[in-house]
Amino acid sequence: MYHKRGLWAIKAKNGGTFPKHEKKAAEAAPAEKPPKFYPADDVKKPLVNKRKARPTKLRASITPGTVLIILAGRFKGKRVVFLKQLTSGLLLVTGPFKINGVPLRRVNQSYVIATSTKVDISGVNVEKFDDKYFGKKVEKKKKKGEGEFFEAEKEEKNTLPQDKKDDQKTVDAALIASIEAVPDLKSYLGARFSLKAGMKPHELVF
Amino acid sequence: MPFKRYVEIGRIALVNYGKDYGKLVVIVDVIDQNRALVDAPDMVRGQINFKRLTLTDIKIDIKRVPNKKTLVAALEAADVKNKWESSSWGRKLIVQKKRASLNDFDRFKIMLAKIKKAGVVRQELAKLKKETTA
Repeated sequence: MYHKRGLWAIKAKNGGTFPKHEKKAAEAAPAEKPPKFYPADDVKKPLVNKRKARPTKLRASITPGTVLIILAGRFKGKRVVFLKQLTSGLLLVTGPFKINGVPLRRVNQSYVIATSTKVDISGVNVEKFDDKYFGKKVEKKKKKGEGEFFEAEKEEKNTLPQDKKDDQKTVDAALIASIEAVPDLKSYLGARFSLKAGMKPHELVF
Repeated sequence: MPFKRYVEIGRIALVNYGKDYGKLVVIVDVIDQNRALVDAPDMVRGQINFKRLTLTDIKIDIKRVPNKKTLVAALEAADVKNKWESSSWGRKLIVQKKRASLNDFDRFKIMLAKIKKAGVVRQELAKLKKETTA
């Protein structure tokens, strides 16, 4: 093994002896006081967990501007433009709303097919959207007063706040311009995807 | 109904099974009752069972086991590629490949084009019908 590992060559290179490095001076362990309480039973310490929470790994086929096909939920079959991945791992997506009725929305990567069609997304600013934007609004607690209670609730819940509508419009304005530059892309995004006779999903190229 | 396509040296065949599926190869030698030595410009010369080959109509003029250079030259001289791609069999394969590689967007565009074409044809037909009945 000495010759096989070439130890003779290393020794020759280092003038006769095998190279050593100096040991680090051992740090003096801080003096521990004996504990004043020993528990009756031996308690097992939980194992060290160094895992960090991070957003789901994004498939390589999904890049900003990719057209995605949503597979489940209210908008199943709709073809939609991908904007960015949020810190929760969900994908931020928009119809655009004028084209197919899908608003700025979060969608899970697992319920999506990525097509190879890309839309130019450089004119769109998506910095301000994050998971909190889409969270449920916390309502202030109302004082109990039965008659007023029911009427007030019904009026408030149905409308979207105007600033969300404006956000939708600004995002879509730039997008629609780049979509209309490609022939047929607008009607493509407006149409739903469905499997027809003879289409085999495992053989289809998206 | 005698045979028309023979296994002979220089016969072009299509591989229909295996790693080289879909390739056009030249039969360069016959090894025994079941196997042939086969060669193509983009593959290493090797043996293949006849059951994995489908013979084509094309035949080139070569001697038994030519070297790669001579083989490529003979293929160029006989213009095998163009003959194959203009034959109906060759054209069908090209269309199949194209259809298999279509994008979702491409399929949508083709659907629009088909509808448009059908519309034009139907209009013409309606015109012609009108003329004959009138």
